[in-house]
Amino acid sequence: MEKRVTFNGWLLPFCLIFPQILISAVFFFYPAGQAVWQSLFIPDPFGLSTQFVGLENFEYLLSDKFYRASFATTALFSTLVTVVSMVPALFLAVLADRLIKGASTYRTLLIWPYAVAPAIAGVLWLFMFNTRVGVVSWYLGQLGYDWNHVLNETEAMGLVVVSSAWGRISYNFLFFFAALQAVPRSVIEAAAIDGARFWRRFFTIVLPLLSPTTFFLLVVNIVYAFFETFGVIHTITAGGPQQATTILVYKVFKDGFVGQDLGSSAAQSVILLVVVGTLTVLQFKFVEKKVHY
Amino acid sequence: MAQVHLENVKKRFGSTQVIHGVSVDIEDGEFIVIVGPSGCGKSTLLRMVGGLESVSEGEVRINNVRVNEKEPMDRDIAMVFQNYALYPHMSVRQNMAYSLKIAKLSKDEIEVKVAEAARMLQLEDYLDRKPKELSGGQRQRVAMGRAIVRKPSVFLFDEPLSNLDAKLRVQMRLEIKELQAKLGITSLYVTHDQVEAMTMADRMIVMNAGFAEQVGTPLDVYEQPQTLFAAQFIGSPSMNILTAQLNGGHATLTNGAVLPVDSALDVAVRVGIRPEHLITDPDGPLHFTVSLAEPLGANTLLHGKLQGSDDAFTANLPGIHRFDAGTETLRFSIDPDNIHLFDAQGGNRLN
Repeated sequence: MEKRVTFNGWLLPFCLIFPQILISAVFFFYPAGQAVWQSLFIPDPFGLSTQFVGLENFEYLLSDKFYRASFATTALFSTLVTVVSMVPALFLAVLADRLIKGASTYRTLLIWPYAVAPAIAGVLWLFMFNTRVGVVSWYLGQLGYDWNHVLNETEAMGLVVVSSAWGRISYNFLFFFAALQAVPRSVIEAAAIDGARFWRRFFTIVLPLLSPTTFFLLVVNIVYAFFETFGVIHTITAGGPQQATTILVYKVFKDGFVGQDLGSSAAQSVILLVVVGTLTVLQFKFVEKKVHY
Repeated sequence: MAQVHLENVKKRFGSTQVIHGVSVDIEDGEFIVIVGPSGCGKSTLLRMVGGLESVSEGEVRINNVRVNEKEPMDRDIAMVFQNYALYPHMSVRQNMAYSLKIAKLSKDEIEVKVAEAARMLQLEDYLDRKPKELSGGQRQRVAMGRAIVRKPSVFLFDEPLSNLDAKLRVQMRLEIKELQAKLGITSLYVTHDQVEAMTMADRMIVMNAGFAEQVGTPLDVYEQPQTLFAAQFIGSPSMNILTAQLNGGHATLTNGAVLPVDSALDVAVRVGIRPEHLITDPDGPLHFTVSLAEPLGANTLLHGKLQGSDDAFTANLPGIHRFDAGTETLRFSIDPDNIHLFDAQGGNRLN
């Protein structure tokens, strides 16, 4: 049953939604508008004057091979972060769901990493993998593997992916776990009687029933990988070595606040906005069709 | 086709024992109804046969093979659940084909078997629908279809009709019974509804608090209830129970009325009288005051009290009778053959 409230006047509903509109306006529409506006200008080297250049910032960006490389980096990075944060989370949730005793203890322990801020998580992983004093890199050295993410691009990418995905596993776990608990027991039992063993039941019955959750997490995690991983990348690699871990949002920061090219930076954030918006729309349009609510 | 044997089957959850040793031998093709109030352990017993609950003690045999340690899928059973447990993301066809696919049957074979089951259950027009697009009765049929496609040795039904409305329940009751008779598959059927139990069962197991109070045909249980519980649970309206003292072929009730009985015992008893066995008789020993009459058309239910007693008493008289509530007094007598005597302590049958 859907309950709808109808208002007679316009004042009360307006007052009710006004705070949300205000927040959206101040923190989203205004800065977004500013970004679009600034993307049409080039400031001089000292920031004293700006010059209108139309779409030249965009033209320049799209022909810039470093910017295009950053696109590829972002695609790889966000795919990896999403996969690495969702697959283990699902696996852990399945294991926790089978537990009868101590389930709540495991659940609590598994949720803890989510409480760690991304930048702190970055520092934590940085310590462990530090090329000189890191515990993990020392053990890897003992095994004959010379870990150096400061020089090795693949290792750098691996490290930022793992650091970004680590805390996210907790978040995803929580959602998967709740969704698993909501799968009716009798449906699983029916499948067991029908002859399906555990993994078959999992892939043919449980996974399809989890699809709304999986879809939601897919969208949320991709957006996370695009934007919120900034802190991790900043603390661990600062986008390096070379450009290996410079994802789009990090390049916005680097070009804008380090390189002081505000026009290009603004243009980049406009592109980023369009990319993420398009991605989300595409997801809703195509992936959601395969979702069973 | 299979026999099912339960031998002193017990179930414990931690330190709580919920099934206290149930033994029953089920013949090939028999329709067994396990009936009892909620919490009596009837579903647990069924789930133990199905392999969804472990057996704490005793033995479950299907076709003379011990299955205690076998997974549900290795027992050659099919189960229909109370909430149907259909796979919500699959069409009716896929729901029915699921077990066949797992059994690695060829596409053609699956097609044939699903079509046959669909025809039997009149589901042909709904094969491509999802469960949520079906009515309760249709979902129930799909659950049945999923059970019959692979011709199991044993059917298990866990209160399959309790989510349906009264009319549909009567109809599905018949359909299930007919289908089972046609297929000849041994069935165990759990219900709390004694009418379902009476109408469907070849034999029924009356359960109470983890004990099988009586195993027998519906009429056996009705005519010769072995315990006070079975006597009160089976039959509607339920049996009147009165406290009495036996002495030399008579039972003296607490209100002083004396009934002739077929027993030479000399003990304190509980006397059971079915409401429908009371005979209006101007000289009868039971003086009854009507407080409420329920005219059902074919018969009339009278609720009230016996003179000198505070226990509720019900009579069921054929035909239509009109009574003035509160004032009208009737006298009943009863055939000694229709009097059930139970031990005042243990509740076991004495005659």
